[in-house]
Amino acid sequence: MKYMVFLPSITGKLKTSTGFFMQIHFTVNGEERSVEVFPMARLLDVLREQLHLTGTKEGCGEGECGACTVVIDGRIVNSCLVPAAQANGAEITTIEGVAVNGELHAVQQAFIDHGGAQCGICTPGMILAAVDLLKRIPQPNESEIRNGLAGNLCRCTGYMKIFESVVRAYQK
Amino acid sequence: MTTHTIGKSVPRKEGRKKVTGQALYVDDLSFPEMLHGVTVRSPAARGKITNISFDGDIPWDEFIIVTAKDVPGANYVALILNDQPYLADGFVNHPEEPVVLLAHADKYLVEEARRNVHITVEEQPAIFSLADSLAKKEIIWGEDNVFKKFLVDKGNVDDVWASADLIIEGEYETGAQEQLYIENNGAIAIANANDGVTVWGSMQCPYYVHKALVKLFDLPEEKIRIIQTETGGGFGGKEEYPSLIAGHAAMLAWKAGKPVKMIYDRAEDMVATTKRHPSHTRHKTAVSKDGKLLAMEIDFVIDGGAYCTLSPVVLSRGTIHAAGPYVCPNVRIHSKAVATNVPPHGAFRGFGAPQSIFALERHMDKVAQAVGLSPEEFRRRNFIHEGETTATSQIIRERVDMDRLLTEALKLSDYHSKRERFARENNASNGRFSKKRGIGFASFMHGAGFTGSGEVYLQSVVSAEATAEGKVRILAASTEIGQGTNTIFSQIASETLGVDFDSIEIVQPDTGRVPNSGPTVASRTSMVVGKLVESAVLGLKQTLAGSGLLPAEYSEAEFKRACAGYIAQFGSLKTSSTYQPPPNVHWDDDKYQGDAYGAYAWAIYVAEVSFDELTYEARVEDFVALQEIGRVLNPVLAAGQIEGGVAQAIGFTLFENVVWKDGRMANNQMTNYIIPTPADIPPIRVYFEENPYAYGPGGAKGIGELPMDGAAPAILNAIENATGVSFTEIPLMPERLMETFIK
Repeated sequence: MKYMVFLPSITGKLKTSTGFFMQIHFTVNGEERSVEVFPMARLLDVLREQLHLTGTKEGCGEGECGACTVVIDGRIVNSCLVPAAQANGAEITTIEGVAVNGELHAVQQAFIDHGGAQCGICTPGMILAAVDLLKRIPQPNESEIRNGLAGNLCRCTGYMKIFESVVRAYQK
Repeated sequence: MTTHTIGKSVPRKEGRKKVTGQALYVDDLSFPEMLHGVTVRSPAARGKITNISFDGDIPWDEFIIVTAKDVPGANYVALILNDQPYLADGFVNHPEEPVVLLAHADKYLVEEARRNVHITVEEQPAIFSLADSLAKKEIIWGEDNVFKKFLVDKGNVDDVWASADLIIEGEYETGAQEQLYIENNGAIAIANANDGVTVWGSMQCPYYVHKALVKLFDLPEEKIRIIQTETGGGFGGKEEYPSLIAGHAAMLAWKAGKPVKMIYDRAEDMVATTKRHPSHTRHKTAVSKDGKLLAMEIDFVIDGGAYCTLSPVVLSRGTIHAAGPYVCPNVRIHSKAVATNVPPHGAFRGFGAPQSIFALERHMDKVAQAVGLSPEEFRRRNFIHEGETTATSQIIRERVDMDRLLTEALKLSDYHSKRERFARENNASNGRFSKKRGIGFASFMHGAGFTGSGEVYLQSVVSAEATAEGKVRILAASTEIGQGTNTIFSQIASETLGVDFDSIEIVQPDTGRVPNSGPTVASRTSMVVGKLVESAVLGLKQTLAGSGLLPAEYSEAEFKRACAGYIAQFGSLKTSSTYQPPPNVHWDDDKYQGDAYGAYAWAIYVAEVSFDELTYEARVEDFVALQEIGRVLNPVLAAGQIEGGVAQAIGFTLFENVVWKDGRMANNQMTNYIIPTPADIPPIRVYFEENPYAYGPGGAKGIGELPMDGAAPAILNAIENATGVSFTEIPLMPERLMETFIK
């Protein structure tokens, strides 16, 4: 922790242990960023509200649905469960950082072409989980795909088209 | 004129935005000086509000506080009966009823404040079950707790009972189910006397919200503007509920003079918003020795919760589908939607049909067994054919071949050899803990569009407008909620005009800009509204041709030039089309007889299950979904609808158990209300039979709700095949299986 200050005015009246600010530094999608946060603020909120990276979604707020999935230091995590303080010094990738210079990742293209996205709300997290899976296992079999994506829930697709999108992505 | 997109898997129109995180959902928007709003709800299921106190160390003078006395116009959510208040006024009827609204710039503080509002209720006895409501243990709504009842009467069942060879009775139950769209309900409002009210929100039906807010604020229609933001799933859960949350956000904004955002978290969304109606069905069936249905008497009751909301319409669809795709000369269906002191139940994909079809297709297996026929043979002897009549005496005028669908589905699922093999293997393993296997199926139909005269009353309108650049904009209130509205409308318009798919733009649903093409519900968007898209763009083409600017055969460039020429000469080019019913559709609302739906989709679903005798888990191992839905407009999107619906239906059957405690959902978390994950879903194999429907665009019929109907009975039929035990209630949880099989 770099330094702490007492919160001013209204928020200071919260009788919680989060009544402090701290400065954190991290790299988000390749860019160095520095923000003032509550140490216990959810990384999800810091990304969405302070960095305006709204591609990361909140589905359940308790680590069940995976809509808030981001990559921290090469590992996928539910950003609703990560206190901001823990992200200090980390390298973070969100959905906004998956396409490079406007060129879609093979997984993103496959989701468009093969029906992997419907309403789109689970899609950012699902794509990050799929990209992570293919990084660990370049040609996963069906059960590896199911297990690799088991932390991400989708209510629209019944998952079939998501599995197909993953397969098509690595076949490219 | 060479562009053909119908029948092709054109990629989703807004796909790129969705895969890159650029699509903007309501919680992704914010406005300067925006406040955050929350709802304080009733602490009791039923009773008189005697006091509201604002306690704790909270700077209350900084808060916007709205109660029933601040409601600017009528304090009800305008829908069917207008019985549900926006904010309880002195009395509460369910334990999540909104009483007080709060807003503040600090979203953490407003949460803290919510916990410090104390509502005192002098409790009155409440009722929480269908049985208590029917028995009138307490009268909690109207004179008899009944929101609505229907009677469908064809022939005379009473003439049959005495002489029938066999009479088979059965009772069936289904539980509540949460829609569980991954994006919770939410809205942002800006409201003041000068500009009126504008709401951005996650919703299926912008004009429902519009109608409700006109009454709530007592403002002229043009002063209310509703804009749909990208919507993260609906499944019916965003049909009527958004009217409530939009009204709440708007009342806070009205009082604050600042924008107010109101976003539910998961726990609040699950506990307070609508769910699928629990149901109870009783069947009494007379059948001849050779397995012909002689009479069907069906009693169908659904739990509507504390207020009427859409229960009459849900009941209607459940009632009409209750006798299924069979022909029977005598049918009597009594149905009722009754009140209980739980949060109102509402629309959920299938809309009453999954409940009554579950009962029917379980019961048909039971009847088959009683007459000594296989489930297959019994159904074959009773399937409806072209020219025969349904329970509402609708003459089926389309070609329907359930026999062939059944043959095909059983072949695709390897049904016969599996049934034989499973019987042998299950038998051989008797006495040892093992996995038992079974296979079962369900036959069903689903009517697309509004019931009876509904579409005529709606009088939906779609407009199309050409730009000087030769682009064509489609203006409709039909929302993209993941099902593919944007893509399907673009395909229909592009095919009809013979222009490129990318030349079609779908205008964001905004009541200030688009006409009322009706709600995005009832599997009506492709079939009914899509047809209006087709007519509206045909109007464009005819106008251009009529003005001599467009030859009979034209290229894309010629089309663009014609648009530019027309606009240069006349200023603008816009055409509209209004719903016209197909010919020969007649419906008698009083007798509940006639053409209930313009068209039906027909289907056979086959489920293969395993039952683990050690863990008591039932699992679906394979699933075949074969359906006839007219012409398939987009194979990938259509299969996506079926797969998603089947997965939800598997959840409905084996996973999703709403635990009630004093009228509240006790397990209102994704941690303990379990929906299927990627690891739980079997291969869902989807097949289409195409039989173009003359009055659908490109020959299409409705599809969205169909896949919710058949899985539950198919799975329980398969479990009976595996275990020999006939279960009659869903969700069928491992606990229930354990109680049954533990010795």
